[in-house]
Amino acid sequence: MCSLAFFPPPLPRGQITLCETNNELVSTESSQKQDYGPLSLYFPRESLKPHSRTENSSKAAFLQHSETLWIRSATSWREAGLTGLLEEIVNSSTEAPKWLSVSSGCVLALLQRVSSLFPHLKLSSENMIAEFSQVLNWSDCAVRAFAWHPHTEKFAVALLDDSIKIYNPKSATPPTLKHRLQRSVACVQWKPLCASALAVACQTCLLVWHVDPCSLSIRPSSGCAQVLSHPGHSPVTSIAWSPSGSLLVSASPVDTSMMVWDVAAESCVPLQRVGGGGVTFLSWSPDGSHVLAATPAPLFRVWETRMWTCERWPCLKGRCESGCWSPDGSRLLFTIQGEAVIYSLTFSDTPGTMKGSKAAAIVADLSETTFTTPAGDIIVGGEVQLLAWDPRGERLAVLLKGDSEAAARPAMVAVFKTRNDPIFELLPCGFIQGEPGAEPRLMQFHPNFPHGAMLTVCWSNGRITHVPFYFLSAGVPHLGLNGSPAMPQPEERLVDYGNNTLYTELCS
Amino acid sequence: MFSAEQSCWFVRKVVCWRAAASIAWAVLLLPPVTALFVVLSRVSLFHPIQWITECLSILTSASTMFSFVLLCGVVVVVGYFNLEYYTVTPSIACSKIALLAQLLHPRQFVHSLVHCIMGVIVAWCCAITIGPRYQNFASLCTLADGDPQLCLNEYHLVLVLFGAFVGYSHSLFGVMHNMNYVPFHAVQQYKYLRFKGNLPLVVKCSAIQSLYFTRNYLGVYFFLGYIPRSWLCNTLSLQLNSSLHPLDSVAGLLDLSMLYHLWISGTFLLLTWYLTVLLFRVFVTEVYNFPVQATFAEQANRCLPKVLPGQQPMILKFLALQDLALLSQHSPSRRVQVFSLSQPGGHPHNWNAISSECLSLLADLTQRLVAHHETVAINGRAKLHSAGSDKKSISTDSSGLSMTQDISTPRSSGVIHTPVSVFLRSSVASAAQNPLTAPFTPDLDSPFSSPALRRLAPHLEPTSPWSDTVQSPHIMRRGPKLWSASTDSQTSGSLSPSPSSALSPHPAVSKPSPLAQFLHNRKEQVKHFLARRVLIMYLFNKLPEASSQALFADSQSHIWALEGLSHLVAASFSEDKFGVVQTTLPSILGIMLVLQEAVDRHFKLPHASSKPLRSACSMGDCTYKTLRFALRATLKTAIYRITTTFGQHLNAIKMSAEHRKRLQQFLEYKE
Repeated sequence: MCSLAFFPPPLPRGQITLCETNNELVSTESSQKQDYGPLSLYFPRESLKPHSRTENSSKAAFLQHSETLWIRSATSWREAGLTGLLEEIVNSSTEAPKWLSVSSGCVLALLQRVSSLFPHLKLSSENMIAEFSQVLNWSDCAVRAFAWHPHTEKFAVALLDDSIKIYNPKSATPPTLKHRLQRSVACVQWKPLCASALAVACQTCLLVWHVDPCSLSIRPSSGCAQVLSHPGHSPVTSIAWSPSGSLLVSASPVDTSMMVWDVAAESCVPLQRVGGGGVTFLSWSPDGSHVLAATPAPLFRVWETRMWTCERWPCLKGRCESGCWSPDGSRLLFTIQGEAVIYSLTFSDTPGTMKGSKAAAIVADLSETTFTTPAGDIIVGGEVQLLAWDPRGERLAVLLKGDSEAAARPAMVAVFKTRNDPIFELLPCGFIQGEPGAEPRLMQFHPNFPHGAMLTVCWSNGRITHVPFYFLSAGVPHLGLNGSPAMPQPEERLVDYGNNTLYTELCS
Repeated sequence: MFSAEQSCWFVRKVVCWRAAASIAWAVLLLPPVTALFVVLSRVSLFHPIQWITECLSILTSASTMFSFVLLCGVVVVVGYFNLEYYTVTPSIACSKIALLAQLLHPRQFVHSLVHCIMGVIVAWCCAITIGPRYQNFASLCTLADGDPQLCLNEYHLVLVLFGAFVGYSHSLFGVMHNMNYVPFHAVQQYKYLRFKGNLPLVVKCSAIQSLYFTRNYLGVYFFLGYIPRSWLCNTLSLQLNSSLHPLDSVAGLLDLSMLYHLWISGTFLLLTWYLTVLLFRVFVTEVYNFPVQATFAEQANRCLPKVLPGQQPMILKFLALQDLALLSQHSPSRRVQVFSLSQPGGHPHNWNAISSECLSLLADLTQRLVAHHETVAINGRAKLHSAGSDKKSISTDSSGLSMTQDISTPRSSGVIHTPVSVFLRSSVASAAQNPLTAPFTPDLDSPFSSPALRRLAPHLEPTSPWSDTVQSPHIMRRGPKLWSASTDSQTSGSLSPSPSSALSPHPAVSKPSPLAQFLHNRKEQVKHFLARRVLIMYLFNKLPEASSQALFADSQSHIWALEGLSHLVAASFSEDKFGVVQTTLPSILGIMLVLQEAVDRHFKLPHASSKPLRSACSMGDCTYKTLRFALRATLKTAIYRITTTFGQHLNAIKMSAEHRKRLQQFLEYKE
């Protein structure tokens, strides 16, 4: 089993990881003038104005208490739904008729008893998105969602101010997508086998934008967006397109059914399974045969997409936090809340069947490891926020949560080298580090990087950087004896890391 | 006849059994639904024990058993009507008058009548179970002078008439909302799960629908209720109980317990019927696995390549296409059979049959779209003009022979008929003959547009984009710009392979005789006169976007054909050992690109791209209203699937410059 102890120590403070070449991670001083390349972006946190929200705590300070009970009830119904209404009636028992306050008190108690089975139902929808989103510390992050287009060189970035920008190296001005319903974006994803459709998971609904790639418009009208909503299905925290581009599944932690949308026809089929109390995270396997659906409870499901039946996988400790599929869809890696390990499940590639391993195997140990650096000890490890596997199946990036309070336990991106064939292997590669003080929040691999893999990382200071990994794919015949393909642009400021040993031994 | 035998086989062996199974399940579901109805209809919160014992005694009584047998009979009859009246392609009325014609059709009349009677039977059963107030048709009552007499029990009458009303309204709504349309879902699920998923919706629908029917019924009874009552009193010489309010008064109708009983009886009636409909849909749309290659000779007629080209029954074609789309995605072993060569001979018969059928389906759709576009385009112009300007210039440009001509198989003239054939039958052929049939055509402008405009049209013509002087269908077939052609509406129906038959209508039209001119003018005058009458305008005006919907009514088959073809082509990149797909790849791409252009053009028409309103809650599935959007998305995805798989290899394919340009757009992800 691979563990963090085999990793090379993190870089000293002030060093930035640039790329991987010749089996080494190359870094540079951050104080030097950086050339981040054309697609590196910077969104300072200060420049983005978040949508103003009504805080629950400040509600009492602004409400006029001279209003009648009915008006207040109506307001709280609008703001907080049924529970808010009942609370309002119970709180003002002097004004309300006695039978009303008593009965609403009973109903409220009953509701609370029921919802204590699923504690996540008590969260407000903002907090729920923050809790279940794949982004680390979502509510305070300048970049809330990021998605590469599966076929072309463009990506969409959802920002704190509820706008989405689409960047394309060929055009200078990125189109900005704004919509009245586009609030609290939790996830964006481009439709495969399509140039223009972008699905956005919002607080109240699901939006599918059709952004004409040839159009020069900077601000596409909201008429370009299709609104998909279903009663009781909000907030939407995760979406996944089928790799064949025909279906879209969406999940909400509040709704026990996950929706399978036929987007063009705007029709949906709810797939309901009550256990778990909702669906938080979805991931469609690249071969299209399986869908991982995590729930807020210690339970996740793996759906088979031909007849839409599912396997239940109860976990011991906590909910499934993140997961990713191998490129051929035969292996699922996932992490559990409260456990610092990566599990693996295998599935046979016969479509329509769910025969696979009977139990998940632990493939990597990410327990806390102390590295001694010149600046002091750094503790790396712990729970995992996000897993990402590159489309060739050769690099696995793991976003470790760290501890936001402790300076010595930062959030970190650890990268493994992986091989799926003939046997599954995980080898340490290294840590990806950004500017001093910046923590990684979100990451995604480029879907078709020609020279290996490219990891895009969104940092807490609002910067988006791309870290290429130059390597020859194991499936492709090697031209030379060893080494990486030539890098497209010359790199001068290479820092020699020759004193670190290369990890070639098998550690599984 | 070969196909007749085949259809017999499928209907006899599969569809009938599926329908029978669905009816059996509906009958099995009847006891719990009835029990629930009994419990709810006698609800009394303040005497719970009495309530439960009463319910138990009713459920075990002989009269309930008898009415239960009746209800089973009703369910069987309703299930039989589902089987007889179902359709996989909805019939869409393009104007009010067409809808009216559908409603007055004899077939529909039988449907309504039978449902009316069924409604009466169900309501009578309800009256028996609900209780003493409704139970009997007549009751003893004391009149003013003191002697007991037989009186009419009006509550019973109201309930039984309500059953008839709901039965008739159900039948009526069935036509208006296409309840006999059997939709296919994009997501495959097992039957039980699909039924379970739809059950809450059905319960909700029947409750809400029953509420609306009750409201309407009360209105009708308030005004017309005295007719059946007095008629019954006279014929059966019954008395009216004068001590009670007559029920066609406000005070009589505002009886809350009666309203509740009416509503719950209506809900019960609709629920049992809707459950039958739901079960029928679930069973009949279940995937059927057709073998790709027959193992035994007697099964040869039942394998996919033989079944696909068949015309009748439609359900067979749809299920075969669905199976094709699924096998192309999910089962590599069956794909191998599709790509295999015949033994002996080495011909790819399976692939040829499948691909040519799919391509002819797509070509047929293209042709329909082109024809529709033409009707719309010439609608505002003088129709005579087409005859005058017909120059019959047949270019000899045979080098640019297009894909359309290559694949137009001999069958292509009669490929798929929409059952109403709103479009095929009446639009193109008879639009010019009868002013009253004009509204049936799915064009968008009013057929009664001003003649002045029409006279202006010839002058406008040269500047319009439609002024290409290509008129013959021959040339129309030449280039990828199919609709740039003939203004003569008659040619649009034929992409037929023989040029002689295509040219035949021309000599007749090309000489406008004075008589024809005169008749045309008279026709215009009549139209103009009729157009000013409000009622006629109301009946004959086009319903917006109905023509678009009618055009794409059977597009589910095209969607499957596109999915099946594109997945097979994409899979052939790695799985096709003999290269059988490569021979047809140019024509597949050509057809898809032509269709793409036609669909793009269609969506530029007014109303074509407007989304239909979401209907709140009805059993009639309205997925057919959005089929055109689904088709557009599937078409794009299908082309992208091929271009993404083949990439730059596509440059080696021979195709026209225009197609290559379009394909390049797809290769660069700019569509």
